[in-house]
Amino acid sequence: MKDGWVMVIGLEVHCELKTATKLFCGCPNLFGDEPNTNICPVCLGLPGSLPVLNERAVEMAMAIGTALNCEIRPSTFHRKNYFYPDQAKDYQISQYDEPLNANGYLVLPDGFRVGIERAHMEEDTGKTSHAGTSGRIHGADYSLVDYNRSGVPLVEIVSGPDMRTGEQARAYVTELRAILVATGASDGKMEEGSMRVDANVSVRRSEDEPFGTRCEIKNLNSVRSLGRAIEYEAERQIALIESGESVVQQTRHWDEDAGRTSALRSKEEAYDYRYFLEPDLVPLVPDAEWIDRVASSLDPMPAARRAALVDLFATDGGVSDAQQDLVTTVVDLSLDPLVIAAASAGVAPSLALARTANEAAKSAEAAGRLDPASFVALLALEESGALTATQAKTVLAELLEAGGGDPAAIAKARGFEAMSTDSLAAAVSEAIDAHPDEWSRFCQGDEKDEKKLTGFFTGLVMKATKGQADGKAVAAELQRRRG
Amino acid sequence: MSTPERLSRDDVAHVAALARLELTEEELERYTGQLAQVLEHAKDVSSLDLSGVAPTAHAMAVVNVLRPDEVRPTLDRAEVLAEAPEVESDRFRVPRILGEAP
Amino acid sequence: MSPTGLGDAAALADGVRSGGVSAAEVLEGYLDRIDAREGEIHAFNLVTAEEARQAARAVDARVAAGEDPGPLAGVPVALKDNLCTRGVATTCSSRILEGWQPPYDATVVTRLAAAGAVAIGKTNMDEFAMGSSTETSATGPTRNPHDTSRVPGGSSGGSAAAVAAGFAPLALGSDTGGSIRQPAALCGVVGLKPTYGTVSRYGLIAFASSLDQIGPFARTVADAALLFDVIGGHDPADSTSLERPAPAITSVLDRGVEGLRVGILSEHLDGAAADVVARTRMAADVLAGSGATVEEVSVPEVKLGLSAYYLIAPGEASSNLARYDGVRYGRRVAAEDTVTMMTQTRSQGFGAEVKRRIMLGTYVLSAGYMDAYYNQALRVRSMIIEGFARAYGTFDVLLGPTAPTTAFALGAKTEDPLAMYLSDVCTIPTNLAGHPAVSVPFGVGDDGLPIGIQILGPALSEGTIMQVATVLEANGGVS
Ligand SMILES: [Mg+2]
Ligand SMILES: [Zn+2]
Repeated sequence: MKDGWVMVIGLEVHCELKTATKLFCGCPNLFGDEPNTNICPVCLGLPGSLPVLNERAVEMAMAIGTALNCEIRPSTFHRKNYFYPDQAKDYQISQYDEPLNANGYLVLPDGFRVGIERAHMEEDTGKTSHAGTSGRIHGADYSLVDYNRSGVPLVEIVSGPDMRTGEQARAYVTELRAILVATGASDGKMEEGSMRVDANVSVRRSEDEPFGTRCEIKNLNSVRSLGRAIEYEAERQIALIESGESVVQQTRHWDEDAGRTSALRSKEEAYDYRYFLEPDLVPLVPDAEWIDRVASSLDPMPAARRAALVDLFATDGGVSDAQQDLVTTVVDLSLDPLVIAAASAGVAPSLALARTANEAAKSAEAAGRLDPASFVALLALEESGALTATQAKTVLAELLEAGGGDPAAIAKARGFEAMSTDSLAAAVSEAIDAHPDEWSRFCQGDEKDEKKLTGFFTGLVMKATKGQADGKAVAAELQRRRG
Repeated sequence: MSTPERLSRDDVAHVAALARLELTEEELERYTGQLAQVLEHAKDVSSLDLSGVAPTAHAMAVVNVLRPDEVRPTLDRAEVLAEAPEVESDRFRVPRILGEAP
Repeated sequence: MSPTGLGDAAALADGVRSGGVSAAEVLEGYLDRIDAREGEIHAFNLVTAEEARQAARAVDARVAAGEDPGPLAGVPVALKDNLCTRGVATTCSSRILEGWQPPYDATVVTRLAAAGAVAIGKTNMDEFAMGSSTETSATGPTRNPHDTSRVPGGSSGGSAAAVAAGFAPLALGSDTGGSIRQPAALCGVVGLKPTYGTVSRYGLIAFASSLDQIGPFARTVADAALLFDVIGGHDPADSTSLERPAPAITSVLDRGVEGLRVGILSEHLDGAAADVVARTRMAADVLAGSGATVEEVSVPEVKLGLSAYYLIAPGEASSNLARYDGVRYGRRVAAEDTVTMMTQTRSQGFGAEVKRRIMLGTYVLSAGYMDAYYNQALRVRSMIIEGFARAYGTFDVLLGPTAPTTAFALGAKTEDPLAMYLSDVCTIPTNLAGHPAVSVPFGVGDDGLPIGIQILGPALSEGTIMQVATVLEANGGVS
């Protein structure tokens, strides 16, 4: 960020809910089906059709509100009127001045708190594809509309203008995504459009100044584009102001390839949506009992789950920075139950964390389905020295690929058997005899040299035993011989 | 409540555009007069001071009408598309769209 | 048999169920009457003779098989052309929906079929139910069977005329601001506007969602009750449908009015024609003579109803009618781009009255005017509900004329929207309150044309207002 400037960022995130059916009708809520197959009079906006609210969608929205520390309030639905071919009724049913969830907040992993102004329910539009060379709306000869997505339930989460850096915005979206997944309301897939982010960006010279004129950036399809777009946009606005011009309130489009934003329309053309209360729906008034029931059915949120992992290290003096990153990775991938299971079975937390974040994470989906018992059994074999680290990783990969199994049996089938003490001793002797100079340096060397030479001898033994030796056992044998 | 000024031709032209209607000059003139007359009559309502009265949008006070999240039969696509003005690749075809949704 | 020589619906159904007459014979009788006079009246946009013959045969087959086809076995019913019928053109008398065949049935259509009724056709109406004379129809006006130089009223003019002309013993209409009761009065038939939420709106093409309600037309109060009992009751497809069992008012119609407290609504006498006022007072006398206590009562708030209605209904309509954009169904006017296509489609597809109301509604919802007009009208709506509640603290029902005059001449009000709107002045307040009201024929005016008396009651009082209507019906011949 350019010196002497402060960036102000607020984000609007649209999240598709993972219900079985749409928000106001019983059509399947499925991505990727044949066009115009999941449609009925309601979501096609046929004359005479009427909406009826999906109870599960409401509960998912309440779960999101609870997870974002919102007040859950009596709410109503409005019609947002505008003509557009993907909008089946030429109005969108959305919550307007009385949203279900309001006044919440989200705490980023570093403790920074972002206000949540509201998290309201609304329906998605159909999907338009543009015929022509570019595949984009501009320059297309004509367009085709598929209403399978029309009426899919959305929750729109509006943050306060609280973020100050692109990094915070990225962290917010990452954390929000983890929370949405943890509530069970969303699959969090930004690439498939089930989570869509718009960013409001403005700049000012200091925190004491009033907010500058903001621009809204659309088409942010990944956390990476979000950060890039925000930073580009802030630079653009600063350059305008510094050259004596002023920022025009606009909606802008992020072009990922060009790495720039461009104007879609300006505030002067702001549309008059003529919001009014949807007469075909009645108010939604959740009572305390319903709100409590939803809240108590929620699984722990990512922050609590990260804290639970960190807690495992409390007796060892806490986690290192590197381990903190592993903790975040493990929770983002929802693999923390593996670590917890292993630690509860007595496996060292550091080993459980490392194997989960570094190895299991490579096939996160399979790891999510893995029976924690086989993971625990594998780590126990490694800890006891029955398997070397390399062998343990190989067995884990096979477990994940096969979707489970008995680690001991896999190890046996691969011929992974721990070497007998005698053959290990013989291999160590052989290595020492072949390199007397190094051995004498090892015996009298300083700490740094010793570490390096341990590695040298271990490498030789490994090579001689084709990886069957346990590194820790070799090091112990070397120490024993030095006396 | 203060009553807005008399409806103008520009107002009518503006709402016609919002409502996706095109009016001839003659229609614009006629509708302006007729709508102004109706709004003039509505002064018995618009001129009242009702700050203490809550609005009623639904005559029957019902809340929390919900349906279970269960899949219901969908329409037959062929039957639906048979009614469409223009179809291509099982989608509804529309002429060039000039801009993104507002 | 009624004085016209036509069987009433209840008797027809009994005849068909008992095997005394076949549904097919009943149907042919009505089709013959349609053949004889429809050219003159134009009650229908579409007569579905073949589908009706098939349905009648199916009813007869069930009777032959020893089954009971239901309370409306073999009874022909005319459907207002804003009720969706699968595979049968449903147009709202608008060019924009010309030829549109819905892929689904309205809930009331399904319930009629389940009760053994035979749908005989789709009746003419004011375009999208916007009008009080059936003259805004794109298919041309319906004429009043009592005098073909007069309007039948509207917007359900085709349904009212169809019953009055003997084209069907029963018909369905929809009532947003009087569209069942006013044409019932002008055509001399019974028309019931039920409590909002008692009849499912699913499949009723919306005009103003918070006011629309489907209801029956019949030649007798008992037939109207029978039809209401069949179509009413909870429907999970309509969020505003009340969660209560299907109505059963047929059984309470003959309880009389002994001890009933009847208020004559003075605001509805103001501005009504002298002959209409005279007949209203005569109706009050009949009720008093039958044991009711009758008094005049003032509910001043109802005078604001007309203005409130012409802000709320167009507001909702402007949004409800946005979907006619040429993309998914109905008419499209080809153009180079989508905005022009939608604009041309709507400009050529909608008639003048529909455009007028869409623009009025768009205006009252638009930024800067929403509070002064639309929200203000919703506050007035609260006042009207309050005013009625006060009156119903003292009275069981209210009484007044259904319309200020008898049927007026075709063309008399087409150039003056406000004058046309005023013909709904007595019926509108009921819709704003969500209450039921029935119009029952009660003699004729100085011009020999029918006069309807309106009985209003609080929510869910259909049984009571229909008891009152039954008493008036029995004494309506008094002149
Ligand atoms: Mg939104
Ligand atoms: Zn649907």
